[in-house]
Amino acid sequence: MNAIDGKIVRATQAGLPLVPQPYAEVARRIGISEEALLSRLKAMLADGRIRRIGAVPNHYALGYRANAMTVWDVDDAQVDELGRQVGALPFVSHCYRRPRRLPHWRYNLFAMVHGRDRAETQRLVDEMVPVLGKALRASDVLYSVRILKKTGLRL
Amino acid sequence: MDETDRRIINGLQGGFPLCARPYAAAAEKLSLTEDALLSRVRHLLETKVLTRFGPLFDAERLGGELTLCAMSVPGADFERVAAVVNAFPEVAHNYEREHVYNLWFVLATACGADTGRVISLIEEGAGYPVLQLPREAEYFVELKLVA
Repeated sequence: MNAIDGKIVRATQAGLPLVPQPYAEVARRIGISEEALLSRLKAMLADGRIRRIGAVPNHYALGYRANAMTVWDVDDAQVDELGRQVGALPFVSHCYRRPRRLPHWRYNLFAMVHGRDRAETQRLVDEMVPVLGKALRASDVLYSVRILKKTGLRL
Repeated sequence: MDETDRRIINGLQGGFPLCARPYAAAAEKLSLTEDALLSRVRHLLETKVLTRFGPLFDAERLGGELTLCAMSVPGADFERVAAVVNAFPEVAHNYEREHVYNLWFVLATACGADTGRVISLIEEGAGYPVLQLPREAEYFVELKLVA
């Protein structure tokens, strides 16, 4: 990442200015032209350094109170294919493969599921079981109790 | 939150335009004026319905390292340990979860060496071992929350 991109990240990671010409304002703050800023942002969006630009909602405020990290022990030979299928489910917001840490931790597939209450979240979890089929050996659901800290990334 | 707020939240979780007057362009698609969209977004941020409005960066593609960490902490010691963990600026998120592993946090560091150093310091301060669970593959990351 070059120095200009670093400045752009730091100037925008907390949000865009709420003014009619936000990019002109950001460009002014970091001392480049608006055209240069827009072209750097387009490049970062194209190569995935920016995932998306827009509203980042708060789950709780939208009524999603039963937020669960679901964890699955899935056959290693099938985890990538099944991970893609789980990740494509409409109610799964994030899906990752992570290392097992035996004997403490046996689960290698993680999927975040958001429901309005635990009954709804449990129904969604139940829908995931047949997707994993015979490759599934064990699973667990870890409901979030409290957000202890949530800051943006400090880059 | 009314129907217009819902349309803004559902319609603007991505695709905010890269042009001189992006709020005006986005407002037109939502049949709103630029002023109305700006004041709605400001209100949604003030009331914390939105945590942020702007670009969402991928820290790893920017060259950083994200590591999910878990700790099993006895209830009587939980608040002390949560404060120890939160005090590290590298801790981006920290959640209490219902499980034997009841403390889950994400470390965001510039490189792997920093991750190891911070985890050692956390283990020393907390007095409990940290389970390191870095992501090995990402299958999908997309917010699909419906307001």
